[in-house]
Amino acid sequence: MTHLFFSLTLGLYGIATAAYLTCLLRTSPWITTWATRLLTAGCVAHILSTVHLASTEKHLPLTNMQESLSFFSLMIVAVFLVFEHRYKVTTLGSFVTPVALVMLGVSSTLHGGSRQLPPILQSNWFWIHALLAFISYAAFTIAFGVAVIYLIQRHFLKTKHFGALFQKLPPLETLDEISYRCFAIGFPLLTIAIISGAIWSEKAMGSYWIWDPKQTWSLITWLIYAALLHGRLTIGWRGKRAAILSIVGFVVLLITFFGMKHSISW
Amino acid sequence: MNIIVIGLSHKTATVEIRERVAFSPNLIEKPLRDLIALNDIIEGVIISTCNRVEVYATTRDIAGGIARVKRFLADHHHIPLETLEPHLYCLHSEAAIRHVFRVASSLDSMVVGEPQILGQIKTSYGYAAEYKSSGIILNRFLHKAFSVAKRVRTETKIASSAVSVAFAAVELAKKVLGDLSDKTVMLVGAGEMCELAAKHFLNSGAKGVMVTNRTFERAERLAEEFGGEAVRFEELFDHLHRADIVLSSTGAPHIIIGPKDVEEVVKRRRFKPMFFIDIAVPRDIDQRVDDVESAYLFTVDDLQEIVQANLAQRGLEAQKAEEIVDQEIGQFFKWLSSLEVTPTIVALRNRFEEIRLAELEKTRSSWKDLSPDTEKRLENLTAAIMNKLLHAPTAALKKAGQGGRVDLYVDALRQLFELEAAAEDKEELDLEEE
Repeated sequence: MTHLFFSLTLGLYGIATAAYLTCLLRTSPWITTWATRLLTAGCVAHILSTVHLASTEKHLPLTNMQESLSFFSLMIVAVFLVFEHRYKVTTLGSFVTPVALVMLGVSSTLHGGSRQLPPILQSNWFWIHALLAFISYAAFTIAFGVAVIYLIQRHFLKTKHFGALFQKLPPLETLDEISYRCFAIGFPLLTIAIISGAIWSEKAMGSYWIWDPKQTWSLITWLIYAALLHGRLTIGWRGKRAAILSIVGFVVLLITFFGMKHSISW
Repeated sequence: MNIIVIGLSHKTATVEIRERVAFSPNLIEKPLRDLIALNDIIEGVIISTCNRVEVYATTRDIAGGIARVKRFLADHHHIPLETLEPHLYCLHSEAAIRHVFRVASSLDSMVVGEPQILGQIKTSYGYAAEYKSSGIILNRFLHKAFSVAKRVRTETKIASSAVSVAFAAVELAKKVLGDLSDKTVMLVGAGEMCELAAKHFLNSGAKGVMVTNRTFERAERLAEEFGGEAVRFEELFDHLHRADIVLSSTGAPHIIIGPKDVEEVVKRRRFKPMFFIDIAVPRDIDQRVDDVESAYLFTVDDLQEIVQANLAQRGLEAQKAEEIVDQEIGQFFKWLSSLEVTPTIVALRNRFEEIRLAELEKTRSSWKDLSPDTEKRLENLTAAIMNKLLHAPTAALKKAGQGGRVDLYVDALRQLFELEAAAEDKEELDLEEE
């Protein structure tokens, strides 16, 4: 059942991504509408797959790379759909859906398999930590997509190059607003995620902070987004600087997520 | 029945001529009544805009109808026909249909794709409908033209891009600032182009206008016109931070706004983006302003470039639009032809039936001891003969109707069988071609 929904999700995301990419090349209200519908359908299938998996395993499916990637991907799609509905930014999908698709694709190649839940993970603090971390990651992923579009669009404006792509991409101010929303959602969640992670660490290992690479890199990620949000709120950092920092933040986030193994093994 | 179009447009006549032939919408009732009172003219619609004056009419006699409408135009406006004639185009049948479809779709406009023309035709048609000068054919014809125009609009990108400098400025500003409804415009100097652009910005929802000028009185006057706020020229930089859009067109020989000024202003705005348009020659705004973060400067050349690109794009889209028009002409022509065929078939049948019944009656009164059974047989026999005889011509006529070459058959039948001219009252024939 889980597997069936998972395959369905992968298929729908694939077609939806193709549709979103087509939106960059052609103007067709028909494709735009169907891109959203397909992605929404994919998202529903994804939720069903995740819920089913959770109910068979009796816990949130966040305990290994396969499950985590799939969940990350689900959060990205869900957050994007909310923003698309709110701001009518189809072209953002052309930049975000490929990320979600690749993550889900990678997830599908990994070996999951059900197994006994390690006792170290049997803590509510862990679930809060993981869940919030992924929602914040998704928000930052959207912010990354927005930042890339921002830089492209800004380049067109500064070089006075007004081609077809320029016409399609959203206005700078809209991008700026979406990016701000992403930080406003993502940053507090990341903060709580790190705190709850620290509490979990204390419960599991007796120390709040053990300076393992995962924790250290999480802190770096947090500092970058803190700087971004601080700059924005105090002196009004936006535009190119904010966009570049947002991209840097996302790269660091990926390093934290993929590159850094927990020293705690389970 | 034929559709004819007689008119002149920016392509065939100068504005002086067009002015003299224009019809005022307030006084359109009389010309419409005069038009349909003409011999051979059955229905009529008059379109009058600043770029074209056209008469659409239906007639049985193409040449006569055209001549009478020409004379009508000349007489109505007291212009010698010889003066008017070289500027007039006269179209009929398929060419007339194509012309009207193209006009409604804005393919014949001075600026191809401009959206006003459709509204103007709708208004003109509204008068014709109100004063009942248009009938079933022109009603159908113009509604078809409107639907063709709508198809062109939705299926091609012909009208989706800005083709004037002022409008291009608005489109570009939206690409930077997004929604303009909470944005303020600052006019520096008072060039005509700036005023036009400011109007476009206000129409697109901009919140307010500030005006500054070396002569404060002029600034005040203009501010009043826009319902905005006048700013003393010396105080420009005290107010500039409140503007999201700056339109500059002073006659000053030197730079008025430099990069340092803008850096200050942008900082005060906490890097909220600013959109500058410099229309002045020589320039008012230093080119280096564009290098300031969150400041976007465009010159009139940049805007011109957009306009040129959009015009080229429209040219491509226009070809698609022509194809749509071609498809729709075929459909409408079929309907128009079928309109001819059906009444003729009915008339032919009636004529035969009339003869049959008359002869039957004669026989019945001269035939003594006619049994009901024989009478019934006679009735059936004559009906069968009539149907057999009518079958081939009816089929041929229907076929001709679909092919479009129907006039010949209809005229021949009318003369051969002394049919009355097809009933003018075709209201009951609502043949939908879809």
